[in-house]
Amino acid sequence: MPVITYREAIRHALAEELERDPNVVVMGEEVAQFNGAYKVTEGLLAKFGPKRIVDTPISEAGFIGMGVGASMLGVRPVMELMFWSFYSVAFDQILNNAANLRYMSGGQINVPIVIRGPANGGTNVGATHSHTPENVLANHPGVKVVVPATPYDAKGLLKTAIRDNDPVMFLENTILYGDKGEVPAEEYLIPLGKADIKRAGTDLTIVTYGRSVIHSLQAAEILQKEHNRSVEIVDLRTIRPLDIDTVLASVAKTHRVLIVEEQKPFASVGSQLAYMIQREAFDELDGPIHRLTTVDSPAIYSPPVETEQLPNPNRVLKAALEALA
Amino acid sequence: MAQIIDMPKLSDTMTVGTLVKWLKKEGDAVKSGAILGEIETDKATMELESFFDGTLLKIYAPAGSQIAIGAPLCAIGKPGEIVPDVPAPVAPTPILKDDAPAPHKPATERIPALTPPLAATAQPVVHPEIPSSPGQRIKISPLAKKLAAEKGIDPTRVTGTGPGGRIVRDDVIAAETAPKSQAPAAATTKGAAPAFVSASLLAKGPVQEEKLVPVSNIRGIIAKRLVESKTQIPHFYLDVEIDAGPLLELRQQLNAALEKSGVKLSVNDFILKASAEALRRVPTVNSSWEVSAAGQASIHQHPAAHVSFAVAIEDGLITPVVRDAHLKTVFAISDEAKSLAKRAKDKKLAPNDFTGGTFCVSNLGMMGIDHFSAIINPPNAAILAVGTTVKKPVVKNDQIVIGQRMSLTLSVDHRVVDGAVGAQFLAALRQLLESPALLLI
Amino acid sequence: MSNKSNATPAKQDAAPAVGTPQSHLAPINANLSKEAKVGLYRTMVRIRRFEERSLRAYQAKKIGGFLHLYIGQEAVAVGCCSLMGANDHVITAYRDHGHAIAVGMDLNALMAEVYGKATGCSKGKGGSMHYFDPSRNFWGGHGIVGGQIPLGVGLAYGVKYKGLKGASMAFMGDGAVNQGAVHESYNLAALWNLPVVFVIENNRYSMGTSQERSSAGFGLAERGRAYGMAWGTCDGHNVYDVRATMDKFLKLARDESKPSIVEVDTYRYRGHSVADPDKTYRTRGEIEDYQNTKDPISLFQKTLLDEGVLTDALIEQIDTEARAEADRSADFAEASPYPTVEDLQKDVYWEVDNPAQKTSQGRIFFS
Repeated sequence: MPVITYREAIRHALAEELERDPNVVVMGEEVAQFNGAYKVTEGLLAKFGPKRIVDTPISEAGFIGMGVGASMLGVRPVMELMFWSFYSVAFDQILNNAANLRYMSGGQINVPIVIRGPANGGTNVGATHSHTPENVLANHPGVKVVVPATPYDAKGLLKTAIRDNDPVMFLENTILYGDKGEVPAEEYLIPLGKADIKRAGTDLTIVTYGRSVIHSLQAAEILQKEHNRSVEIVDLRTIRPLDIDTVLASVAKTHRVLIVEEQKPFASVGSQLAYMIQREAFDELDGPIHRLTTVDSPAIYSPPVETEQLPNPNRVLKAALEALA
Repeated sequence: MAQIIDMPKLSDTMTVGTLVKWLKKEGDAVKSGAILGEIETDKATMELESFFDGTLLKIYAPAGSQIAIGAPLCAIGKPGEIVPDVPAPVAPTPILKDDAPAPHKPATERIPALTPPLAATAQPVVHPEIPSSPGQRIKISPLAKKLAAEKGIDPTRVTGTGPGGRIVRDDVIAAETAPKSQAPAAATTKGAAPAFVSASLLAKGPVQEEKLVPVSNIRGIIAKRLVESKTQIPHFYLDVEIDAGPLLELRQQLNAALEKSGVKLSVNDFILKASAEALRRVPTVNSSWEVSAAGQASIHQHPAAHVSFAVAIEDGLITPVVRDAHLKTVFAISDEAKSLAKRAKDKKLAPNDFTGGTFCVSNLGMMGIDHFSAIINPPNAAILAVGTTVKKPVVKNDQIVIGQRMSLTLSVDHRVVDGAVGAQFLAALRQLLESPALLLI
Repeated sequence: MSNKSNATPAKQDAAPAVGTPQSHLAPINANLSKEAKVGLYRTMVRIRRFEERSLRAYQAKKIGGFLHLYIGQEAVAVGCCSLMGANDHVITAYRDHGHAIAVGMDLNALMAEVYGKATGCSKGKGGSMHYFDPSRNFWGGHGIVGGQIPLGVGLAYGVKYKGLKGASMAFMGDGAVNQGAVHESYNLAALWNLPVVFVIENNRYSMGTSQERSSAGFGLAERGRAYGMAWGTCDGHNVYDVRATMDKFLKLARDESKPSIVEVDTYRYRGHSVADPDKTYRTRGEIEDYQNTKDPISLFQKTLLDEGVLTDALIEQIDTEARAEADRSADFAEASPYPTVEDLQKDVYWEVDNPAQKTSQGRIFFS
C-alpha cells in the first residue's frame, strides 16, 4: 500500500473531489500561485487552473462569506484558512451565516461549504496563531467538525466532508502535515461521526483526537513496556457529530478514562466528553475522569516551554499513571 | 417518706444487674439486714440486703428484669405511706472499659450475612442502599459501589487502595474472596436428604479424586466467619431435653384442621415462635456485644426479635431472617419461613433477607442428629441447636413411660449472657414448647 | 449625496426632481405596459398596508422581538426587484419585508412568520429579519449589519462560476457601509469582476445616528472609486428613477460582469425598529415633510394619474384590496399553529432532514 504524508493525503482528496465534481472550488490565501502556505495545495493550480484554484486577498470575512453565498447556489467551495486562528476574523460568516442559514430559512437553504486549515500550537508562532477552536465550532448546531490525526483519516474524511451537504469545519495540523502513513490508492471514504480505536487495551481508555492521538500512542507504548498497563486509545476523528457510543463501550471495558486534548481547559471538547461519560457510564467508572489539556494561558512563544504547555508523550504518560492509580 | 432502694453496685465491673428473685413480697415487714432478693451480676448472684426497717411497700423491678445500677428496685416505708411514682427502669448505660475485649468492629456497623452466589436470575434482586457508619462517608468509585451491592459486600468493611483511600473495583473483588460475614451454624435442609457421592460399597480405589479445589465465595465467607466467631466469642453451652409430645400433638391437630387450606406447620415453625417468645421473657439474650470505633464496649439491647434459621444451600448455608417474630403468629412465621427457604435455595435472597437477625435457630433434627452445639452468628448473643425428636423411656410420676424427647442446646456468648440468664432462657423456651398452646395466644 | 449638510441632501449627479421626465421616459419605464405600471403601484401599496398591519399586530403583542418597517422606502424594493431576470438574485438586511413582497412572496406566509407560526415562510424559525425564498432568488433577511454583503458577493460569484448571465443585488443601509466585511466585499467584487450591484438604501439614519455622524470621506456610493468600481445615485422616492438607474448598473453586471455601488436616497417614516424612540434624532416636522412631499406611493400615484394609467376608482380598489389582503394574512397567522418543541432540531442539518442520504454517524445533537 502506498505510504504518503498527511499533506499529500489532503492534496489527493482535494484533487480527487475537484476531478469528480465540477462545482468544487478551492479558495484561500496563497493556495494557487504560491502552492499553498504549507504546500498542501501544491500542484493543484497547474492541474485544475485558476477557475478552480483561487487565490484570495487577505479578507477572511469577505471571502469566507462569499464562499457561503456561492454555496447557496450550488457551488461547493473548499475554503482554506491559512491558520484556523483566523476564523475569528470571519466568525460572523461562519457561525452566524454558514451555521444558521438553513435554520433561519426554515430548511430552504443548505450550505455545502468546507472550511479547512491547520489548527494547532507547537510551532512557536505565538498566542494569536495557535488556536484550536474545535470546541467553539462544535458548540454551534448547524456545523460539523472534523479533526483527523493520520493521513488515512485525513483523506477519507476530507472527501466525505466535501460531499457533505452541510458546512464542515476541517481542522488539520501543521506538525502532522509531514507524518507518513499507509493510504490506499483506491478510493475510499470515511463517514463523519465514526471514531476509531487506534490501539486496543484493557486498563485505561484514552479518548483523544488530532495530534494528541500520536502523543497518546507513544505514551501507551511506554505504559505497556515499562508499567505493564494496557491502554486503549479512542480517536474521535469527528467532534460533531460525536461517536460517543464507541467511547462508552471502551469505558465499559476499562473503567478508567483519560481525555487528552490540545485544548485550553475551560469548556473544551473534553468538558463535553466528561459530562457525557459520567452521565451515561457512571456505574462503569472506577475512578474520576481525568483530563490532560493545554496549560491554561495564551500560547507562549518560548519553544521549550511551549512543548510543556501542550500535551506531549511525557505529560500523557504521567496523566495516564495518575488515572490508573 | 418511703425509702427507694436502687440497684446497688455489687461488683467493680457490674453495669447492670438482674433481679432474679424477690424473697419478700409487697406488704411484708422488713428489718434492717433482711435479704430482700437475689441479684445476678456480671460475676455472680448476690443478695439484696435491706438497710431499713419498715414494710416493703412497692416492688418496681419484677423478677427477672434487668436493671441498671442506680435504678429503683423497691420502696420500703411505713405502712400506708405514699410511695413515689417511679418511671420504668432506666436502660443500662454503657461504661467505658479499658480492659474490655476489643473486637475491631465499630458498634454501629451492620454485618451482612452470606451472599449466595447470585447467578443471572430472571427476577432482579433489589439491592438496598449499603449503609455507611453515621458520620463516616465512604469513598468508593461508582463501579465498586455497584459491584459491592451486587455481591452483598458491605463497603465499610472493605479497605480502599485507590487515591485517598478510595475503594475501587479490585478492592471489592479482593474483599469478596476474603470477606467477613455471619458464621452460620451447621446446615439444615427441609426434607431433602443430604447429598453424598453414591459409590458402590464394594468399590476399590481412592475415596475421591485428589484435587486442589479453590474455595468458593460462599465457603470462604463461611470459613472466615466461623473462625472469627469461635475465636472471638467466649462460647458456653447449655443443654436441655424437652418433652416434645405436646408440641407434636398440637402440630398434628392444627395441620389436620388446616389441611384443606394447604397449610402445613413444621416443628421448626413452633420453635422459631417459641424462641421469639422466650426472648421476650429473657430479653438479655436478644442483645449484642458491641465495641465502638473508639473502643467502647456496650451491650446493644434489641427491641425486636428477628429470628433467623439455617438453610442448607448449594456449597454452603445461609440464615434467612424472620423479622419481628415476636409479633407474628406461628402461621405467619411458617409461611414466611417457607418462602425464605425456597428463595434461599433458588439463590434469590436479597441482603435484607439474610441480615439483621438477633437470634438463630439451627435444626438438624431432619438429619437424625440427636444433639449438637452450634456456633454463634455474630453479632447474636446465642444460637439454639435443635436435635431430632426421639422416643425414649422417661420417668413420669415415678413410672417409666415412653416419652418424645427433643434435645435443645443453647450456645451462649458469655460476655452478654451469663449461665443463669441462659438457663432462664432455656427454661422459658422449654415452658413454651411443652405448653405450646401458649404460642397461640 | 453630500455628506456635509443636515439639510435635504444634494446629490453629485443631477438630482432627479419628483417625477422627472427623464426617468419616466427611459425605455425601461416607457416600455412598461399599463398593467405593469399598475402592478408596480399595487405592489408598493401592498407593502405599505402589510407593514401597517404588522405594526398593529406587534402592538397587540402578536409579534415578538424586532420589527423593522419599510414604510416610506417602498419604491426602492419595488423598483429594483421589478428588474430581476431569471438569474438575478436579491439579498438584503433585516428591513426585508418590502423586498420579500416585491419578489412575490405570499403575505400569509410572511405574516405567519412574524407571528412565529409553523406556517410561516421560515416555519416560524426566522422571524421578521429572516424572510427567505430561494425559489424567487431571494436570499434573506439578515440580522448582522453588513453580514449579508459577502453573501451577496458569493451569489454573484456563483452566477459567474456557473457561466450564467445574471446579477446579484446586495442591499444594505447607510449604517452598514463602514463594516469591515463590506469593504472586503467591495474589494473582492472589484478584484474579480463579479456581477454584483451593491445597493445602499440611504434613509439617512443608521438607527439613531445620522449618516453625517457615521461616515467619513466620499459619499457612500462614491467610495466605489477607491476600488475602481462604477457608482451612482438615485432618488429612492421615485420608482421610475430607481428603475432607470438600477437598469444601467444591472446591465453592467450582467453583460460585463462588473460590480457597482448605487446609493439610493430614501426615507423611513417609522423608527429603526418599532421600539425605536426616534424623537432623539429627528423631528416630527422632518418626517411630516417627507410624508407630504416625498412619499413614494403618493408620488407614483400622481404620476400614474397624470399618465392616465390610474383612476380614482382603481386607486380606491387597489387600496381596499391591499388592506383586505393584509387583514387576511393576519387572520391566517392568528389561526395557524405554532411549531412544536420537536421542530427545534429540524432544519438544522441537511443530513438530518434527509435521512435517506445520510452518511454520517454518531450523535449530532446533545443535551
